[in-house]
Amino acid sequence: MKRRIVVTLKPSVLDPQGKAIEGALKSLGLVGVASVRQGKVFDVELDGVEGEAADALLKQACEKLLANTVVESYAVEHE
Amino acid sequence: MSKPLQAAVLLFPGSNREGDVARALRQAGARVEIVWHNCDELPEGTDLVVLPGGFSYGDYLRCGAIAARARVMDATREHASRGGLVLGICNGFQILCEAGLLPGVLMRNKGLKFIGRMQTVRVETVAPLFTRRYRPGQVVTYALAHGEGAYVAEDAVIEELEQDGRVAFRYCDAAGVASEAANPNGSINNIAGVYSAGFNVLGLMPHPENLVDTLTGGLDGRPLFESLAAA
Repeated sequence: MKRRIVVTLKPSVLDPQGKAIEGALKSLGLVGVASVRQGKVFDVELDGVEGEAADALLKQACEKLLANTVVESYAVEHE
Repeated sequence: MSKPLQAAVLLFPGSNREGDVARALRQAGARVEIVWHNCDELPEGTDLVVLPGGFSYGDYLRCGAIAARARVMDATREHASRGGLVLGICNGFQILCEAGLLPGVLMRNKGLKFIGRMQTVRVETVAPLFTRRYRPGQVVTYALAHGEGAYVAEDAVIEELEQDGRVAFRYCDAAGVASEAANPNGSINNIAGVYSAGFNVLGLMPHPENLVDTLTGGLDGRPLFESLAAA
């Protein structure tokens, strides 16, 4: 089973990289881009865990390593 | 004379300032051992654990994130909880924040550029163990070398750090004014270094270990290592 984890900066946190990307998109003349925030994606393949146990495991993975919850939030996407 | 300070300098894959800090410590009279990251225990008699600068694990995931989960960090946490001294410089500061030994996090510099130059910082709190050889408010020159040095924490944390005098160093101009213009990386309140609640853990972004010889820029970093050696 596969799960995708998306980690993003909390809205209150400055994202200079996102800002730079946003500026580059705008400079390409792409009208309609309002703002960009950069994040990270982790594709995790699970072995032998499913359902609630998988959710609990991935929550631990996020809290313990994948996200720094001081400045980042995370979401686990289901296929 | 009492027993010299026993320092353990932790080495992670990608650390690169361990030699500099070991030299600064030895110069001040400390005994230094380099300790590999997958050791479960610190050398017996360790007084001070040092996390050097560099790019541990290539800064993968987040700066310091993977090193913070290394085996030797459990022993370091235990050492700190017993009141033992811990010093993290640059990447070492990032690791201490990721390990939860210091609050907050170091984010990408506001200007996005890697900064490598000298910088004046003001000694804020004179903590007995780390900075007693400085005067309160003394302006010193340290070296900056980082891409992710913007100190960020929740408002309540910043307030607590300020109230309890846990801001160790602040970026300032040559006159000692911690102005916006003198803030190199966008750190909240120009914070360049912080102490733990027990004042036994210090993390800072600038490099005092590179200012211990007149041949290479000055001596402003020496008092920090002399304070530690006399601790």
